Amino acid sequence: MRSEKANSAPLGLKIAAAAGLAFMHLPILLIFLYAFTTEEKSYQFPPPGLTTQWFAVAWNRPDVWAALTLSVKVASIATAVALVLGTLCAAAVSQTRFFGRETISLLVILPIALPGIITGIALRSAFSMAEIPFSFWTIVLGHATFCIVVVYNNAVARFRRISGSLIEASMDLGADGFQTFRYVILPNIGTALLAGGMLAFALSFDEVIVTTFTAGQQSTLPIWMLEELIRPRQRPVTNVVAMVVVMATFLPILGAYYLTRDGDQIAGAGK
Amino acid sequence: MTAVLFDNVSRYFGAVRAVDRVNLEIAEGEFFAMLGPSGSGKTTCLRLMAGFEQPTGGHIEIFGETAEGVPPYRRSVNTVFQDYALFPHLSILDNVAYGLMVKGVGREERRRAAEDALAMVKLPGYGTRRPGQLSGGQRQRVALARALVNKPKVLLLDEPLGALDLKLREQMQEELKTLQKSLGITFVFVTHDQGEALSMADRIAVFNEGRIQQLGSPEEVYNRPQTRFVADFVGSSNVLSEDLCRRLGLKASFASLRPEAVAIAPPSDGALSLSGTVASQSFLGATNRIVIDVEGARIAVASPAARGVPAVGSPVTISFAAHDLHPMEDA
Repeated sequence: MRSEKANSAPLGLKIAAAAGLAFMHLPILLIFLYAFTTEEKSYQFPPPGLTTQWFAVAWNRPDVWAALTLSVKVASIATAVALVLGTLCAAAVSQTRFFGRETISLLVILPIALPGIITGIALRSAFSMAEIPFSFWTIVLGHATFCIVVVYNNAVARFRRISGSLIEASMDLGADGFQTFRYVILPNIGTALLAGGMLAFALSFDEVIVTTFTAGQQSTLPIWMLEELIRPRQRPVTNVVAMVVVMATFLPILGAYYLTRDGDQIAGAGK
Repeated sequence: MTAVLFDNVSRYFGAVRAVDRVNLEIAEGEFFAMLGPSGSGKTTCLRLMAGFEQPTGGHIEIFGETAEGVPPYRRSVNTVFQDYALFPHLSILDNVAYGLMVKGVGREERRRAAEDALAMVKLPGYGTRRPGQLSGGQRQRVALARALVNKPKVLLLDEPLGALDLKLREQMQEELKTLQKSLGITFVFVTHDQGEALSMADRIAVFNEGRIQQLGSPEEVYNRPQTRFVADFVGSSNVLSEDLCRRLGLKASFASLRPEAVAIAPPSDGALSLSGTVASQSFLGATNRIVIDVEGARIAVASPAARGVPAVGSPVTISFAAHDLHPMEDA
């Protein structure tokens, strides 16, 4: 039960909680701050002066745009692939029983448990053995391996909550397989797919390790950022890009939060 | 016309014979009950009719049409599920209209049909609510409306009243019966509650271990159980052993005797009698249940509460009419 007294936690605990939150989030504010610094070679504190010139510089740099477009494309397609394959796999594992079901479930989840470096090396040697040249699609493939897991995990959890008789009820009332998917399954797993898809997109968008092994000469946004940090020239441009990315991803995350909040209530309504 | 025909139908799950060579014929407009303990195969039979299971062997017909291989969505059969299986993401009206929606019936027409169906199950004006906002009894009615709106030829009910409390159950039993008579649709319902089957059904099939033990009217099943299982499961008849049968001049190896057919009194003309001692007694309201020990065999007597109860251990004579003793198959 919730009582009024729950508001009065000990002072020490309050301070500890505040310190913990500050430790996590203040560095992000620092990133924002250095996007405005006048000093471009090192991050000295406090910044010697403030300027907005880096926004214009970043806007005019073609390498920023190339990296950003590549990352958005890779993340979108890897997420789309993961949504289809992850959902199908989750449906098969949760709705039917077949030989090797548990093994398949484990094998699907494995890529996220494996260190990225193992996945990366394995994919790289597989690509070279099969003589597949590095391309946009090798990055997408690499990312899809772990994006599928996130979608699968979200979908499988939701599928388990859908009572099996819902699907039977739909069929019983005259809906064929496609109609049942469209009118019963999709509305019930939709929010889980949205959450899984968002997470998959975010994972792909900032992935470095697997990408370095599968990208060849191409630079996704996080790889571009790493390279920029090594180079002591126009450093604040990196911060500008980071800031824009944070702000651009914040809106869909907020949207997804509100969507899944309502969705959970519906799904939680039970059988 | 025959609504549902099972010709030697079996359904095996691996080595388990869930349904084992079942034959039955359900007539159009009949209220048919499949009664049995859990795991007796009654629900599998219902699922075979709905199309959720396919028979391992045998032949099923629904209104003269072969049902094997026909998916659930192409059968003129609808089901009321045990857990109701209402779609949680749809309003009550959309739940009821679902069958019409997937068949492509226009919005206005299906709304009207769904509202009529809700009125029929006495839930008019509930259309805008969600399943989560209704009580168990109301959800049960919605499930019924959702099935009936499709005008099925056969309505299947899987333990429809299992989750309701006693009072609501009795009320729903009445309503289901009235509804079935007024609609004239064939109802097939599965239950493990013998009282429910006896009070509602036109005919009862008693299931055990995948087979039909007895098929007949409630009176037949109750008064003349053909097997020991039926005698025991439907209203706990006394089962008299071969020894006792022979002593009473009966050739059968087993016979059943209803507790209410036995009186604690000396035999009148032509009646059979046995003597023993009172082993136990319990008060059941309208009757007393008195168990008599007849040389090791126990015979339960339902004696009207108005009569006196002999003390435990006292010698008594029990008597019953010869026609109340029903010979049974050895099973």
